[in-house]
Amino acid sequence: MRYLPHTSEDIAAMLKIVGADNLDDLFSMIPEDCRRTGKLDLPESMTEWELNDFMGELSDSMAVSPEYKVFMGAGSYEHYIPASASYLLGRSEFVTSYTPYQPEMSQGTLQAIYEYQTLVARLLGMEVANASLYDGATALAEALLMAVRVTRRNKVAVSSLIHPLYRRVVQTYFEPSGYEIVELPYLENGKTDLSKLNGMDDLAAVAVQSPNFFGCIEDLKKIGEMIHEKKTLFVTSFTEPLAYGLLKNPGSQGADIACGEGQSFGIPRSFGGPALGMFASKMKYVRSMPGRLIGKTKDLDGKNGFVLTLATREQHIRREKATSNICTNNSLCALAAAIYMASVGGTGMRELARLNYDKSEYLKSELKKAGFKISFDSPTFNEFVVEFPAGFENTYKRLLEKKIVAGLPLAPYYPEFSNHYLLCATETVAKDDMDTLVREVKL
Amino acid sequence: MKESLGTTGLILNEPLLWGKGKKGRRAFSLPRRDVETFLLNEDLTGEGPDFPDLSEVDVVRHYTRLSTWNFGVDTGMYPLGSCTMKYNPKTNERQASLPGLAGAHPLLPGSLSQGTLRMMFELERYLSEITGMDAVSLQPAAGAHGEFTGMLLIYAYHKSKGERRSKIIVPDTAHGTNPASATLCGYQSIPVKSNEEGILSPEAVAKVMDEDTAGIMVTNPNTLGLFEENIKEIAEIVHSKGGQVYCDGANMNAVMGIVHMGEIGIDVLHLNLHKTFSTPHGGGGPGCGPVCVRKHLEPFLPVPRVIEENGIYSLSEDIPESIGRLHAFYGNFGVMIKAYSYILSMGANLKKASQLAVLNANYIKEKLKDVFHLPYDRPCMHECVFSDKIQEANKVTTLDMVKRLMDYGFHPPTIYFPLVVHGAIMIEPTETESKEDIDLFIEALKAIALEAKENPDLLHDAPSRCKVKRLDETTAARKPCLAG
Amino acid sequence: MKEISDLNLPEDVCYTEDHEWARPEDDSVRIGISDYAQDQLGDIVFVELPEIGDTYEAGEEFGTVESVKAVSELYMPVGGEILAVNLDLEESPGLVNESPYNDGWMIEVKPGDPAELDDLMTSDAYLEALKGEE
Repeated sequence: MRYLPHTSEDIAAMLKIVGADNLDDLFSMIPEDCRRTGKLDLPESMTEWELNDFMGELSDSMAVSPEYKVFMGAGSYEHYIPASASYLLGRSEFVTSYTPYQPEMSQGTLQAIYEYQTLVARLLGMEVANASLYDGATALAEALLMAVRVTRRNKVAVSSLIHPLYRRVVQTYFEPSGYEIVELPYLENGKTDLSKLNGMDDLAAVAVQSPNFFGCIEDLKKIGEMIHEKKTLFVTSFTEPLAYGLLKNPGSQGADIACGEGQSFGIPRSFGGPALGMFASKMKYVRSMPGRLIGKTKDLDGKNGFVLTLATREQHIRREKATSNICTNNSLCALAAAIYMASVGGTGMRELARLNYDKSEYLKSELKKAGFKISFDSPTFNEFVVEFPAGFENTYKRLLEKKIVAGLPLAPYYPEFSNHYLLCATETVAKDDMDTLVREVKL
Repeated sequence: MKESLGTTGLILNEPLLWGKGKKGRRAFSLPRRDVETFLLNEDLTGEGPDFPDLSEVDVVRHYTRLSTWNFGVDTGMYPLGSCTMKYNPKTNERQASLPGLAGAHPLLPGSLSQGTLRMMFELERYLSEITGMDAVSLQPAAGAHGEFTGMLLIYAYHKSKGERRSKIIVPDTAHGTNPASATLCGYQSIPVKSNEEGILSPEAVAKVMDEDTAGIMVTNPNTLGLFEENIKEIAEIVHSKGGQVYCDGANMNAVMGIVHMGEIGIDVLHLNLHKTFSTPHGGGGPGCGPVCVRKHLEPFLPVPRVIEENGIYSLSEDIPESIGRLHAFYGNFGVMIKAYSYILSMGANLKKASQLAVLNANYIKEKLKDVFHLPYDRPCMHECVFSDKIQEANKVTTLDMVKRLMDYGFHPPTIYFPLVVHGAIMIEPTETESKEDIDLFIEALKAIALEAKENPDLLHDAPSRCKVKRLDETTAARKPCLAG
Repeated sequence: MKEISDLNLPEDVCYTEDHEWARPEDDSVRIGISDYAQDQLGDIVFVELPEIGDTYEAGEEFGTVESVKAVSELYMPVGGEILAVNLDLEESPGLVNESPYNDGWMIEVKPGDPAELDDLMTSDAYLEALKGEE
């Protein structure tokens, strides 16, 4: 086996030093009745070339672009990833290192993640961002738990227009704690209905996603103003960070914690993971934050360097009183996002976001022209909901055969929205493909 | 001694990202605009992020230079105890980047995602075979996430019996994630000390186990690198009071094909694919922390679950007692591909991997036990734990010695953990290190022990050959500078 | 770390087993941590203190003190209402290292029962207790 370097002479020599007769003897301290009898029932090991063929077949069975036109976002977006970004991300000094516990030997990861924290803080208009969490859903759950810690209140309000799967993760995280979750309904215009908040003075947090699951841009500023006088924390969630290349960022709208999914920034969709939990807050709450933080400091010679810091919040020191149990996070995905943000740049990010907006507006306007109803009239970014005629399932299936995925049916998530579909168009979708889609759905 | 690996190369300085670039540069090929501009209410738009504008060459040089300041498994031996820093096969990276797998949307209709579903289904089966457990969920995104899932499963199990228990037993050798995960689930951690042999005694567990205790979190092999020999008896004690046995499988690399976790009384176990199953750690993740359970806990596993009927794979949400979802989608699929590809490449050689990992650790232990204090002088599993007791006389600490190890071209072992050993040095070589490389590592540590006697200041000032010297962590924490 | 004989253990304060000190002043009691405690912790980077007006019982946790790699809870030597907290520690937590009994004080309490002070140790008794810990 090519990953096991030991020759039989090596093994014999080492066993002699250890004082064991054979490899099985090494396990003599394991009581007999704890030992496994019989061999591992696994497929015979494959050669590298057999593995390539086999995995190639699995890969070929999947419906992906460019063969398929997938007009589906809903928390997982297709964006171009420059070759230079993938290439840099493959540098094995980044890939094969551990968490940077030994800073002198990990300055590469440390500076890169410090830069990531800075770029995320700037993107979201927040004062401090952590080194990453697992994904947008767990980031939201952690944000709400943090709000409970900061305010010492145990009830949160969550918009029903936050990604439905994120809300389910929050439920799972909250279940044993007994903290209460109040769901805020939505309005006809596709935005969160805030009327329920009146009279609720004991909330730890109000969480809203913008752009929300329907793609609609929420009035964040208004919500922040409504709740701040009640000392409730304002948590904003997102699934598409590229939106802030164009839209007002959460910090400027009063967010106390901004968290969400960073997959759009240079991370392939990879069937939903690994993704990137982005997490940022105001500096005054930094000691209640979950996750790792990297700080700038000096070495003995006065040279700049970076270290993991404020570690007393974390599980390896504070154990049962830690701000979170997270240890391994999604560092390499954070690096991917940093390289992506650096590559696109400030000017480019704005242009790219604008192009995304215009592409989806084009698709929206063409569908409208073709006589379909756009369900909500609020402005959207990248994705929007359209109502197709009853019985559209058959058309949807027919389109799959033509290698077109006509969005995500909303009914499994919002049963009241049968025949409604969430469609997405990013910069990767060509006008011709959108025209084809509109032509096909009309048939 | 052979020539030391450590030397000083040409280390290039590199400013922070925003210290480079010029407005108007770009390292991204903006797609052609084939649609017109649409109106957007200006009240909604912001100024755009304050990012630097860089050329492609700027970006490539920046990250290439940064990467050279890092040390990875591909650079050299990385004997970080409890982290299993084994070699990460390159073919796994290739498979994970196949366009059909890397490009797959998670919400595609099942008929269009048979490849990914089949892979997940089979990986679950392989992991259940390797651990000897009955069912697996791949959803948790890392070890701590797996622990939390395990706690939720135990919580749900008790709840299904109409019980709500408030405590959980956690040995003093446990990783900090264990008590932290228990807290997230509302359990109070009840510490239990390991005995003078470094393992748990059934009596100690019996003393604290009661009917308000949900179970125990053990790590087996434990963090001292020792097998918990009394595990079966301990499991019986816990089960007799209606509790559940959780096993932190961080150290599974020692016992693949050797111990059947189900038969020794474990009810739920988490694995770290980024340790045992060779997926790279990426400087801190992404990982993947599957949970493996016995039959009676299967009804509580997270949704969705991958099922197979007549050769067709699908995702099922129809699991009424499930604890729910822990990840927006299915977990870190990209990491699963690498572990799957590793298992297919290794086959039954996985057992050999465990044997060689244990051989390497015992070899190091034997070769170094006259040089460093060995608090538990017993046959170890895949890692061994020394301390700085002998070097204390020269006012040299564990920290000094491992910093000096960097100058010799090795990554330090895990230090000051487990907490039960004062000044712990925890060495896990893994099976992918050859005898020659291990001999070089042993020589380096012996040389350092000698330096500790003869020239302790060399160690106090170490490292001297890295990009930076020791860093001022006090100021970093007193006046945090977390963004530039 | 300091030898026990090098520790500064003033006689005008009383000590707890958890290494806090308490110094009776006119109507109040000033509280901090001992030279031994600050020395064991090393460079202190953060002190978390309660709000003025909060009340705690003797033995109850009122805050935490952090070094780079450790956290210690702080326990009330005597019960009472918090009258003042040392705001200088926010900017300069190192004062606890430099001057544990003076500039590095932590809170001022209006004791509920001043007799609780009698349960604490004198500097001699504390020194003996520390020797026992060695």
